[in-house]
Amino acid sequence: MKKTVNHKAWFMVLPVLLLVAFSAVIPLMTVVNYSVQDTFGNNEFFWVGLEWFEEVLHSQRLHEALGRQALFTAIILLIGIPLGIFIALNMPKHKGLWSSVCLVLVALPLLIPWNVVGTIWQVFGRIDIGLLGYTLASLGIDYNYTQNSLDAWITIIVMDVWHWTSLVVLLCYAGLQSIPDAYYQAAKIDQASRWSVFRYIELPKMKGVLIIAILLRFMDSFMIYTEPFVVTGGGPGNATTFLSIDLVKMAIGQFDLGPAAAFSLIYFLCILLVSWAFYTIMIHSDKEAN
Amino acid sequence: MSNQASVNHNRVSRSNWVVILYIVFLMLPIYWLINMSLKTNAEILGGFSLWPQDLTFQNYITIFTDPSWYSGYLNSITYVVMNTIISLVVALPAAYAFSRYTFMGDKHLFFWLLSNRMAPPAVFVLPFFQLYSSVGLFDTHIAVALAHTLFNVPLAVWILEGFMRGVPKEIDETAYIDGYSFFHFFRKIFMPLIASGIGVAAFFCFMFSWVELLLSRTLTSVEAKSIAATMTRTVSASGLDWGVLAAAGVLTIIPGALVIYFVRNHIAKGFALGRV
Amino acid sequence: MAKITLERLAHSYQKNPQRDADYALRPLNHVWEDGAAYALLGPSGCGKTTLLNIISGLLQPSEGRVLFDDVDVTTTDTAKRNIAQVFQFPVIYNTMTVKENLAFPLKNRKLDSAYIEKRVAEIAELIDITDELNKKASDLGAAEKQKISLGRGLVREDVNAILFDEPLTVIDPHLKWQLRTQLKALHQKVGHTMIYVTHDQTEALTFADKVVVMSEGQVLQIGTPTELFDRPEHTFVGFFIGSPGMNVLPGKVSGSTAKVAEHEISLPQNYQEHQGTIEIGIRPEFIRISDDTSGLLVDVLRVEDVGHYQIVRTQLITEGNTFAINVIVKEGVEITDGMRYLHFEPEKINVYVDSWLVSGGRDEEDC
Repeated sequence: MKKTVNHKAWFMVLPVLLLVAFSAVIPLMTVVNYSVQDTFGNNEFFWVGLEWFEEVLHSQRLHEALGRQALFTAIILLIGIPLGIFIALNMPKHKGLWSSVCLVLVALPLLIPWNVVGTIWQVFGRIDIGLLGYTLASLGIDYNYTQNSLDAWITIIVMDVWHWTSLVVLLCYAGLQSIPDAYYQAAKIDQASRWSVFRYIELPKMKGVLIIAILLRFMDSFMIYTEPFVVTGGGPGNATTFLSIDLVKMAIGQFDLGPAAAFSLIYFLCILLVSWAFYTIMIHSDKEAN
Repeated sequence: MSNQASVNHNRVSRSNWVVILYIVFLMLPIYWLINMSLKTNAEILGGFSLWPQDLTFQNYITIFTDPSWYSGYLNSITYVVMNTIISLVVALPAAYAFSRYTFMGDKHLFFWLLSNRMAPPAVFVLPFFQLYSSVGLFDTHIAVALAHTLFNVPLAVWILEGFMRGVPKEIDETAYIDGYSFFHFFRKIFMPLIASGIGVAAFFCFMFSWVELLLSRTLTSVEAKSIAATMTRTVSASGLDWGVLAAAGVLTIIPGALVIYFVRNHIAKGFALGRV
Repeated sequence: MAKITLERLAHSYQKNPQRDADYALRPLNHVWEDGAAYALLGPSGCGKTTLLNIISGLLQPSEGRVLFDDVDVTTTDTAKRNIAQVFQFPVIYNTMTVKENLAFPLKNRKLDSAYIEKRVAEIAELIDITDELNKKASDLGAAEKQKISLGRGLVREDVNAILFDEPLTVIDPHLKWQLRTQLKALHQKVGHTMIYVTHDQTEALTFADKVVVMSEGQVLQIGTPTELFDRPEHTFVGFFIGSPGMNVLPGKVSGSTAKVAEHEISLPQNYQEHQGTIEIGIRPEFIRISDDTSGLLVDVLRVEDVGHYQIVRTQLITEGNTFAINVIVKEGVEITDGMRYLHFEPEKINVYVDSWLVSGGRDEEDC
């Protein structure tokens, strides 16, 4: 659609601007403010320049948390996206009771409060009272997510797959629904294999939604806090201390305002950078599609 | 049965099996929570059983009779509804502007808005706490509602813009020619056209506000304490009352399940942010 | 290439069809001759797409059989039927170039790449798209895209039939005419059996050797364009084909005399007495309007000038009902106030009983 140039449209955007300024800009300024100051308590602050940034950037702690975070996000994307596509391809194509039931059930995990997701898996994985933990234990598998780092990781990854794969499924499903039947019929006539149908018809149509899916999955897994916090509290040791958990520990637990603020800004910048790349790709493919 | 039909039949049922297997994977943990919520603590800790041997609703009764529990739900619902309304009211005109006009800095503004959806709540925890404390809004519903606009407003603008783009511009022009004022046109003609978009945006605002824990926990202590916070605090305070905790968890799933049921036909499009 | 035979073929989307109306396609027998060009013509929802999908194998008929060259293919998978189909909206593989699109069906059959290269070049030449071969298929216009989907069918040398499902729907009017001509020429060159579904009579009549007219799931007539024009076997065919369509009037026929509202017309043939509703069909082209009072008196409503000829819209009021009668008059002839009498060409009158054509005999004995 061709848009008209109208600078007065700014007035329509103004309410959003004011609201977001209040709920984002002011807090962000506070963070920036902390990141360049130090305090001895009693609300006395003094200027330290970029010292906190240097400290945080060189700290072992950030590097480790960042490494864990990157690994976690990579694993989640590698499992969640292909699995989501696979499930979406098998979802019922035609509208009806069965497809409605599938949609509602598939979407359900997305609407469970995140701490409840944590609670569910905390319980589910316990050896004494959880279905999963108990079953594994009775099969003779040594599994204990509170003691063993690997088990903790597996539990959190399975939990995240359980929680969020449905988002990818629904997005891909929406993309698949927009493919007219004639495309499948033409492919049949051309004697295309199942793989060709996927590669040349389904995947190109899903491209747009897949970019959104990857973007959302990247962002949300990179920001993950509540679920692992409830399940493992970041442990055992620091094994599942991801960036957000570490940040909250630093800011609220230890009240290290300066480093926490510098940490926050670096963290935010990381996400912003990757998201900007995705956003640019998305806008580009939007244009191509039109 | 004919050859082709049976081939089709096999394929369909294989697809169905994949979906059924996935749904079972999704439902098992939820089932376990429900199962636990219907057991007594003695049974939960005493032995392992696939379904309640000693069925009890005591856990639910506890929640419905203890104000410290049920007020958690009321508080959550209050700020979620407030947030949904605020988000939609400010997002509607903005989304219209983005979908219809080009103006100075529009593209940067749009990304800047989106970038707030990308901000880790953990970054904002401390500044929010200080900001709302300093303006005297700490431990109020509106504080949480406003804090959640951080990620819900950008999302609402994004979804609504996607739906509005799908409405031909000629409709606006015809309405103006017919002598409608902008406000009248927007309310009487445009809003009904994007009703499903508004529904989907409302659904998402509701959802993301409902599932969030970190901000709602930080910004409230007693008066406006959310159910999510109530649950996490109870775990540490009263030892481990698993049965009540499970029942509380089950009750938090119900509103979500109800809302999904109402938007089930738009849910896929909504998750694609109107961009399919 | 193949001859396609439909044997007692019928389809219903319901489980237990009881009445005619339950059928999307009512029982029919027909043979599509090898190498001929057919058009399936009818209004929307008449069952023509259902019939096409049964032939292509996208739909299983609920009754009857489909044979390709005497081989029963009723339950054969679309892919194995080796047919080609061009859909209403262009179906192309967006991520591929034009060349890759054309090569796709051959690649799927794992043919030799040198052969593919050669064959694609031939087909590109044939459909006049050689210059675009290396472009991305998604960058082309709707007309070119339709050509590519046609090309994907033609590229297989042994294709049994090419089916078209209203292929010109999304094409700009000025390109429509051009594509239609190209298609006709193409048929003469390649000689495949072609079946062309459309609701547009001009498309059907210019493309096809034989036109199949359908309505409400029923095949009403199969014939050459001339046959459809001169001897429509059903009043619907007469009405649907021609612009304006055939005039259908209530009447009585006894022997070789037809009677329309007390006006008698002598026919060149003798007709038996028939039970049922008798109607007289006459095309507007074969009615003359004049001031000669021996004709049928009508009210002239208006005269429309449509370029090469004029259409005179008249109406006849008889037994309390109003019937429209259209008359075609050459351009330049002035219609005066007194010209209110219609004269029918007896040779061109068709007689219908319960909407179906009946033929008369030359002699009394034939009756």
